[in-house]
Amino acid sequence: MGQVVLKGINKFFDSVHAVKDVNLQIRDKEFMVFVGPSGCGKTTTLRMIAGLEAISSGDISIDGNVVNGLAPMDRDIAMVFQNYALYPHMSVYDNMAFGLKMRKFEKPEIDKRVLEAADILGIGELLKRRPRQLSGGQRQRVALGRAIVRHPRVFLFDEPLSNLDAKLRVQMRVELKKLHLRLGTTAIYVTHDQVEAMTLGDRVVVMKDGVVQQVGEPLELYNRPANKFVAGFIGSPAMNFAAVTVTEANGSLIAENSGLRIKLPDEAAQRLRGHIGRKVMLGVRPEDLTVTGSVDLGHPCFDAVIEVVEQLGSEILLDMKVGESIMVASVEPTASVRVGDKLRVAMRPTRLHVFDAQTEAAI
Amino acid sequence: MIEGARWRKWVFFYVPMALFLLFLLFPFYWMVITSVRPDGELYRPWNSSNYNPFWTWKPTWDHVRYLFEETLFASWLWNTTFIALASTAISLVCGVFAGYALSRLNFPFAGSLGTGIFITYLVPQTLLFIPLAEIIRNYRLGDTPWSLILTYPTFLTPFCTWLMMGYFKAVPKELEECARIDGASRWQAMLYIVIPVAIPGILSAGIFAFTLSWNEFIYALVFLSSPEQKTVPVGVTSELIRGDVFYWGPLMAGALLGSIPVAIAYSFFVEHYVAGLTGSVKG
Repeated sequence: MGQVVLKGINKFFDSVHAVKDVNLQIRDKEFMVFVGPSGCGKTTTLRMIAGLEAISSGDISIDGNVVNGLAPMDRDIAMVFQNYALYPHMSVYDNMAFGLKMRKFEKPEIDKRVLEAADILGIGELLKRRPRQLSGGQRQRVALGRAIVRHPRVFLFDEPLSNLDAKLRVQMRVELKKLHLRLGTTAIYVTHDQVEAMTLGDRVVVMKDGVVQQVGEPLELYNRPANKFVAGFIGSPAMNFAAVTVTEANGSLIAENSGLRIKLPDEAAQRLRGHIGRKVMLGVRPEDLTVTGSVDLGHPCFDAVIEVVEQLGSEILLDMKVGESIMVASVEPTASVRVGDKLRVAMRPTRLHVFDAQTEAAI
Repeated sequence: MIEGARWRKWVFFYVPMALFLLFLLFPFYWMVITSVRPDGELYRPWNSSNYNPFWTWKPTWDHVRYLFEETLFASWLWNTTFIALASTAISLVCGVFAGYALSRLNFPFAGSLGTGIFITYLVPQTLLFIPLAEIIRNYRLGDTPWSLILTYPTFLTPFCTWLMMGYFKAVPKELEECARIDGASRWQAMLYIVIPVAIPGILSAGIFAFTLSWNEFIYALVFLSSPEQKTVPVGVTSELIRGDVFYWGPLMAGALLGSIPVAIAYSFFVEHYVAGLTGSVKG
């Protein structure tokens, strides 16, 4: 079992309110990812779950027991740190065995568990080495091994991949996912990388300034972001935003600003009925923009001038000037586009996001 | 290293290095050569044949023999060793714990307490020995090794505390946090993880404390009076300089033998010592 419940968690560092009223239910066997920009309180929340940071107010319970006052060692959790935190004076074997020795396991049992974990992670031949003799990826594995030998109820990961180079990071990400599928232990994973969050998480918690912005499955965050922050944070390249005013003409709704005038599709128009005459934020993802040669009446369109063409091989990113603002479109690699081209760009009508201009909440 | 022509290497590296070494090692050389020179060469060089101020053709062990047979040098050595080891041990234990507490436990006034400890280190010994003499007298510790074992930590502990504070700060906090999640209590995490990682720092603090107490002069001069209780620095200077007569041979032999243990201690741990002072923790 490994169910973690956070109820009204707050954290103050002197006068700084670092974590604000966080309520979460992390289910057994779930891979939960906390994501957000640095300083958003995600690591502090994780450290409170670990017991390394005191809780200012609220309750954290693991499997129904409130653990607020429990020392880290009594919470039956394991944590993997960003800098691995391997004990430099111990061999890999001793690093992995340390937790079991502290918990007074029998020697044969320690041996069995360490070898088993080493086997899972493919570090069997490194057991006698010291951490300084290992590469970054190997150290990462040892840190993972040290966590899994304990068979804890919950794994906590604090940006475990950010010290690895890009290629290794992708590889370890896949291995982490596999490991989770194999062990089925609840995992809480902190990262600032939205790709890691999307690929690893069963569910993702997006945080900003100590406040949970949205909790949901990766695709839910992508398709139905709760507010402008989540919309801009999830997805790469980031969503395009345009501040527009909603007006009504001939029974249909028009969104316009200085360089943009589009007729809102029915689905979006319905949501914006109550906002006529007001400012809203229009959001559209780069992958939901298409470059059309001719006017496509079915889709809302606007004019744009290409400023930069970024060839990625699998796609082309176009930085376009639309009125005063810049928008990015991701188009087919076969599209023939050049800097300076004037284009007509179409939006997929069902993929239009609108946010309140003041509260930034999705409408 | 210095790049470029060979002469540059000589001018900017080898020659300054040689001068530096000469400057540093000459006193040792002078001690060695004086301690094996016969008295005739020491006191009436103009009468001796083949006299060379930097060399002797008639080396002798007389001065060393005199030191051990006619003076209490052996007990001075023993006293110094005992006092230095005991006061170093006390200061290290205090320094390690205090340094750990000041750098790791967040308690109120930790910062000002640290500064306070540092300030006590700045009080000169020449000032402190007067009130300390009063204390030593009140506790009837005068003329015993304990008068020094208990007073040396007054300047050794602040030093050890500061060195260890700096060193503990350089040990990543995550190591300890990880140990505590792994099931170690704070005490165990310190014992099994933080202290082993801090060994270079502890060694350098220990060597430094040992050297300071080995060479200490003023407290030893003030608190010890009978010849059999004295330490090497005090014993040698008080027993081998009688009035205006300097027993140069035994004096230099005593100084040489007195500095050898420290030199050995340094050479054994020099790598750790350097690592400790530069605060390197290899991950």
